[in-house]
Amino acid sequence: MNALPWTILFSFAGAILALDAGTRSAALARRVGLVATLAGLAAALLAATRFTPGPGMQTILDLPWIPQLGARCHLAADGISLTLVLLTGIAATAGVLFSWNIEERTGEFFALYLTLIGGVYGVFLSADAFLLFVFYEIAIVPKYFLIAIWGSTNREYGAMKLVLYSFAGSALVLGGMLWVFAAAGGKSFALADLAAAAARFPKNDQLAMFGLLFLGFAVLAGLFPFHTWAPTGHVAAPTAASMLLAGVVMKLGAYGCLRVAMPLFPEALAWWQPAIAWLAIAGILYAGLVALVQDDFKFVIGYSSVSHMGFVLLGLAAATPQAVGGAVLQMFSHGVIAGLLFAVAGRIVYDRTHTRRLEALQAMPLHRLLPFGAVVFVLAGMASMGMPGFSGFPAELAILIGTWKASPIWALFAAAGILVAAAFTLRVVQISFFGRTTAAADSAPGDGLPFAPVTWPEKAGAVLLLASTLLIGLRPDLLLDWINPALQSPLMQAALKGGQP
Amino acid sequence: MRVPAHLLWLIPALPLLAAGIGAFAPRTARRTTAGSAIAAMAISFLLSCGALVTALRDPAVHAVHNFAWFDLGHGALRLGWLLDPLTALMGVMVTLVGLLIFIFSAGYMAEDANFKQFFCFLSLFGAAMLGLLVANSLLLLFICWELVGLASYLLIGFWFHQPSAAAAAKKAFITTRIGDLGLLVGLLWLYDATGSLLFFDGGEGVLEAGPLAALSAQTTVGGLAVSTAIGLLIFCGAAGKSGQFPLHVWLPDAMEGPTPVSALIHAATMVAAGVFLIARVYPLLAADLTLPSAPLHALSVVATIGAITALLGAVIAVGQNDIKRILAFSTVSQLGYMMLALGVGSWVTAIFHLLTHAFFKALLFLGAGSVIHAAHHEQDIRRLGGLRAPLRVTFATFAVGMMALAGVPFLFSGFWSKEAILHAAHGWSVSQLPFAAGLIAVVLTAFYTTRLVAEVFLGTPRGEGAARAQESPAVMTVPLVLLAVCAALLGFIGTPWWPWLQRTLDPTFATEPGGFGLMAVSIVLVATGLGAGWALYARIPRSSAGEADPVERRAPRLFAALADRLGFDELYAATVGRLNAWTAAFADALDRRVWDGTVRLLAGLGLFTGQVTRETDENLINGGFDAASGGLRSGGRAYSRGQSGDTHSYLRYIAIGFTLIALAVLLGVRR
Repeated sequence: MNALPWTILFSFAGAILALDAGTRSAALARRVGLVATLAGLAAALLAATRFTPGPGMQTILDLPWIPQLGARCHLAADGISLTLVLLTGIAATAGVLFSWNIEERTGEFFALYLTLIGGVYGVFLSADAFLLFVFYEIAIVPKYFLIAIWGSTNREYGAMKLVLYSFAGSALVLGGMLWVFAAAGGKSFALADLAAAAARFPKNDQLAMFGLLFLGFAVLAGLFPFHTWAPTGHVAAPTAASMLLAGVVMKLGAYGCLRVAMPLFPEALAWWQPAIAWLAIAGILYAGLVALVQDDFKFVIGYSSVSHMGFVLLGLAAATPQAVGGAVLQMFSHGVIAGLLFAVAGRIVYDRTHTRRLEALQAMPLHRLLPFGAVVFVLAGMASMGMPGFSGFPAELAILIGTWKASPIWALFAAAGILVAAAFTLRVVQISFFGRTTAAADSAPGDGLPFAPVTWPEKAGAVLLLASTLLIGLRPDLLLDWINPALQSPLMQAALKGGQP
Repeated sequence: MRVPAHLLWLIPALPLLAAGIGAFAPRTARRTTAGSAIAAMAISFLLSCGALVTALRDPAVHAVHNFAWFDLGHGALRLGWLLDPLTALMGVMVTLVGLLIFIFSAGYMAEDANFKQFFCFLSLFGAAMLGLLVANSLLLLFICWELVGLASYLLIGFWFHQPSAAAAAKKAFITTRIGDLGLLVGLLWLYDATGSLLFFDGGEGVLEAGPLAALSAQTTVGGLAVSTAIGLLIFCGAAGKSGQFPLHVWLPDAMEGPTPVSALIHAATMVAAGVFLIARVYPLLAADLTLPSAPLHALSVVATIGAITALLGAVIAVGQNDIKRILAFSTVSQLGYMMLALGVGSWVTAIFHLLTHAFFKALLFLGAGSVIHAAHHEQDIRRLGGLRAPLRVTFATFAVGMMALAGVPFLFSGFWSKEAILHAAHGWSVSQLPFAAGLIAVVLTAFYTTRLVAEVFLGTPRGEGAARAQESPAVMTVPLVLLAVCAALLGFIGTPWWPWLQRTLDPTFATEPGGFGLMAVSIVLVATGLGAGWALYARIPRSSAGEADPVERRAPRLFAALADRLGFDELYAATVGRLNAWTAAFADALDRRVWDGTVRLLAGLGLFTGQVTRETDENLINGGFDAASGGLRSGGRAYSRGQSGDTHSYLRYIAIGFTLIALAVLLGVRR
């Protein structure tokens, strides 16, 4: 447990070191990036081995910070935090491995990258609303630069859109948070204190406060119809940034909903529940359908992310223990799987073919030229469509079981989303890698151009992510045994009870 | 040798191990991969035999071994293994047929560049299929169910460089997944209603009396008993996998896969999984029979769909020209018979027909594979012909399979199992229509099988491939002979005089002697079909590939409709397919235009508000609040310094604007 704050420290320290290392050589900056993320992952794993699951956040560090506001530097963790910290460690490490070919301003790239990671770790470990918000903003800002400087297709537009959405969401969150803080007497930002005070607020205020907080956070989780930043942002972003964006940044939004909005206002959750659930379902189906007709490789994956995050939001909205546990599991699962999909599309394929147009990829015999990429993408696609054996299956199953308890109709519609997921995944797998006839490919001139061979960092990153999704697919209890006790805390219980229809 | 329930996992685990070896072995390790796949299947066969011996000691017992998979916060999801005669018999069949087909494949696929992957996928399929059989939990069954679907996808699309194969693979996967959606929903409902997904669990399992009574006692939409609704949802899954009307369209297309795959997966085993599933959860579907006033009985739906499918498949098979597609539609039809048997309440005869069908249909497909292999990949029966002489073993074994399929009396297994089904359908108290459909399909089956054999083996070769045909090697013919022996003799385990199989599966099975009149009727019908086929196709064999089919000459429009498979694919493409494409295109346009437009509008609005608030800020707010907002403002400037262009100003205005709103709120509340 005590190892967890080191994740934040390693990341920020790594950011400064990378900036310095970048002035000497790109290779050095890369190594700094890898060491910093690996150190973070190691700290998370170390904490995991010493973790005793239990209800409530276990305080690790609690220092006064801004006494005037009552904000404290209060770091704490429960099974939910730990799951997401572990995900961050895995996704961050894999992201560095898939950024090994960044040659332009390498030091700055990794500095921003690690700043983002540090912010993400911070959000997952904050027990103080103000601290959480500060980390949340720290995680948002570097995204803009990562996309605007190292991005591709339409990067200015993508970066702008993403940052506009993010800040609009943050503004809602900040407004909601300050309102709650002020209404609670302006003494403390501790989540537990706020929750205790919030129960006494007038009902209408609670509804509005919850709306501000949940909506603000949910924008970053890709809630329909505030999701359009996600696909454009993903497409414009460099590979590692897409991996982080889909892998962990979208989780920040969902985490904020779960950690801040829901426990503070259980009754408001019950009132808002149908609206959120239907928006989540709309997101699952709508984004899935849109993914079905995209002709840019990354757009398909971007929309699939929105669709899968719809399951997370639905699980949260359903607010039954099974659904919320499943939602957290799905956050982990999607973080790993989306990372893998973006890694294949952005790094393994795009950096070699220099096109993401599916038509163009179809004309290349990629399964021949990039057999490693083909195998990884087929496996990742299977994981993404919820095949048993991969982490998506137990997660979506738990969400559906839990959602059924809240409303069978929701579960019915959401289950249809799995069918759509199969359709768009199979389509993109077949077009991207298995498009051209082998016979023609072997004889066609010019196609034989050998691509650069797949490098060791790519292999290591793919293996890391694949192993994670397989392990959790077979043994979801490894994470659920942390998550379920965390849902027994009084704060979470209030949210789960309040959400019952 | 005895194999108790807690060791049953070994049966699927061995092929899984072989699949793992295949996955990690180098591309050139052909012998290793094929060898480990065959060895694993052989050992699994022995283990299944051991399991059968164990199960037969006390056929009425459902021996289980359950364990928790993961905890859901409230309640855990549990999985388990189940050993009873149904599991054991299916296990023996799947491993035996599988073993023979694996061996056959080693010859058939010998020249394929992706030989290694082929055996890897086959083993994966074997593992999933066997896992499905030994599952004591609807969830575990569903998991394996999805994995067999995946293996089927990989194997149909094995020659993915042919666009038709890639399309067929996708179609199969998506169509069966439509059914699986029903199964998944049924599973969710069942778990919600009973808190368990285990079949047998010491009185708590969903197939045991207590939970069943509770399920049939509750009613849901339309006055249906909950057990009826769940049963029908589960049947959706079975209908998808077993190619039942209206989800049958994927199965004929699945013939794009290599022929051993068609034999193993799309004839003998996987497509029969739907029948197995319904047989397994039969008590659940039958639970509503105790409610005479129920608006709908689940089994009646099963019987209706089965009867329609049996007839439909047989009708369409008459108008096909591809040797594998004829067999595929005959599979559809035979699966319809099995569903019919389930629906009329005789699940044991459904399993009987499943077992005999597995052998004779595997035989027919492998025979077709041998023909295709020998005739240099010619599959059109109009361009085959005259293969009786060069392919002696193939012809003899194919003929056995054909007679079993047609239901030629006494010596062939298909006769006995089909007879049992007709008998059961005749005794169904609800309606005689399924029985009538079954009888018509008997004639048609005899007719199209005769046509198939006559076109392929009689007359003279009508194409280059057929003219140069040579008998396949022993690695392929020996499995044919073994399958032929089974296809002939297997019927004797379930005759009316000695219904061993039926009694083993269901100790309460009552033999009703008699029914010889019915047997005589069906013998006459078979003879009619054979005779008509003989008269049209065998008496004067076709002389050239271009010559019109005798049925085509007599009824050209009917034949065209049949050849077109009665237009189901076109219908679906025009309705479901088009609707889907439209919704997707609409959603895409919505995303590009409407949501994006809103964003731009809001951005403009934000800019405007920002400016307004800045004016307010500068002119109205002063003093202590200026200091506070100044701090935040300089923070915002620090961020924005690194940026340029439009975004820069947007960000500043928005940040300032919202900060001020926030502060105003703060101020207002404090005062």
